[in-house]
Amino acid sequence: MPDDGKRATVDIRELTRRFGDRAVVDHVNLAVDEGEIFGLIGPNGAGKSTLIKMLTTLLPPSSGTAVVAGYDIARQPSEVRRNIGYVPQLLSADGSLTGYENMLLSARLYGVPHGERAARIARALARMGLSEAADHLVGHYSGGMIRRLEIAQSLMHRPKVLFLDEPTVGLDPGAREAVWEHVLDLRHSFHTTMIVTSHHMDEINQYCDRIALIDLGRIAAVGSPAELKAKAGPDATLDDVFIQLVGAKADSEAEGRYGDVMRARRSEREHG
Amino acid sequence: MADRSAAAIGNYATQAWAVAAAEIQKLRHDPLELVTRASQPVLWLVLFGEVMARVRGVSPGNIPYLDFLAAGILAQSVLFVAIFYGISAIWERDLGVLQRYLASPAPRSALVLGKAVSAGVRALSQALVVYLLAIALGVDIDFAPANIAGVITVIVLGSAMFSTFSLIIACAVKTRERFMGIGQVLTMPIFFASNAIYPLALMPAWLRAVSHFNPLTYEVDALRSLMLVGPVSDYGLLSDFGVLLGITAALIVVAARMYARMGY
Repeated sequence: MPDDGKRATVDIRELTRRFGDRAVVDHVNLAVDEGEIFGLIGPNGAGKSTLIKMLTTLLPPSSGTAVVAGYDIARQPSEVRRNIGYVPQLLSADGSLTGYENMLLSARLYGVPHGERAARIARALARMGLSEAADHLVGHYSGGMIRRLEIAQSLMHRPKVLFLDEPTVGLDPGAREAVWEHVLDLRHSFHTTMIVTSHHMDEINQYCDRIALIDLGRIAAVGSPAELKAKAGPDATLDDVFIQLVGAKADSEAEGRYGDVMRARRSEREHG
Repeated sequence: MADRSAAAIGNYATQAWAVAAAEIQKLRHDPLELVTRASQPVLWLVLFGEVMARVRGVSPGNIPYLDFLAAGILAQSVLFVAIFYGISAIWERDLGVLQRYLASPAPRSALVLGKAVSAGVRALSQALVVYLLAIALGVDIDFAPANIAGVITVIVLGSAMFSTFSLIIACAVKTRERFMGIGQVLTMPIFFASNAIYPLALMPAWLRAVSHFNPLTYEVDALRSLMLVGPVSDYGLLSDFGVLLGITAALIVVAARMYARMGY
């Protein structure tokens, strides 16, 4: 349990991950409050994905830790996993299964009781506007439908924290807006805390309560979009904030390598 | 307390079944894959078997060579499918499906066990093809229900074993290209250094020694005594099952640890 007075749903303390002698995430401290929609922005290779992988327990930290939904990621990873939902940037719904079968897979993995599965699946699909497509193969879904299905899959066990890694990558503007509307609706209905990464500054500006800008594995700035923009100067946009703090330099190396680019583009194509 | 551990076991079984059921649903949507895979045993039995049966000395005495070979080819067809099973894990990693599995509360061993079971179910369709073919070729098959049940168990177990081995390789190499290379290199030695297509008695002493460390030898031994009328097991069915079960369990433990690292 977080021991400080105010309850942070995600409390990151000196979290560090090294690959060889390079710190990809470097002593990060950050607290995200319950019910917040929190945006993570930063250039490719800044360490956003590595940070999310550690918070979702896919990758153990080199040092430091984080408390997520009341549990320590290093010492209680399976408790953490029980209380979070994760929508990876890549294509995580299975194209050779139907929407319903994908939901059933998640319901079983997350231990949704047998008697409740059908009802919860139906409700989650309805919430995401996918009831009619439930029995179609996901391989025939549009990019926006796939994303909505993936979000539905990660909600079945009513997580306290939902991680959305680039949820709108490769989607057209209409589909992007639909995804965000569903995200807002979830927060409204369940008070779910959400941690979202995106490269679309306009979305981050519009939908996030607070954001952290990450560069070279460290937090370069934290605050509400309005605060960060005010610091950058009158009439500044988030793009200006980004460029001021990070500079217009080329991608850093770590996460921007060929394999990642290939996967990101393939995922973009399959979602889009 | 007893209730809680029963619930935990139930939960574990459901999580393993979640993975296996998804794989079986995929086969239902696209059964063509199973049909195309059936061509290999046909070639081995009809072409290789018919010619080899004419070679003097290859027949193991009490049964015709084709009968002997049928059990070996059954094991072989299961091996050839299972040994490449790991590539699906690499595929799932590249897509992102793996990350979804790993972010779920399911224990890693339940995920790996689910994969192993689904490989076993997949293999049963191969077995059906070999059985039908063997009947057509006049192989003297033992249809006693206990024997059929025994064959099904051995096939599921053998397939689970080799597919988990394959998953371990996939976790180690992580790319499709490297995996395919290693898969090709492994299949033939496992196949030839076993009793699948010739009796161990024909082997030079060193190869016979090697074959005793090859789990396929025990799988074939069990299949041969269960599938056919006549042959008795060389090592005893109990040891055959013991070897298969022990190795499969050990591989699942190793694979579970490596599978967790696949999401890095």
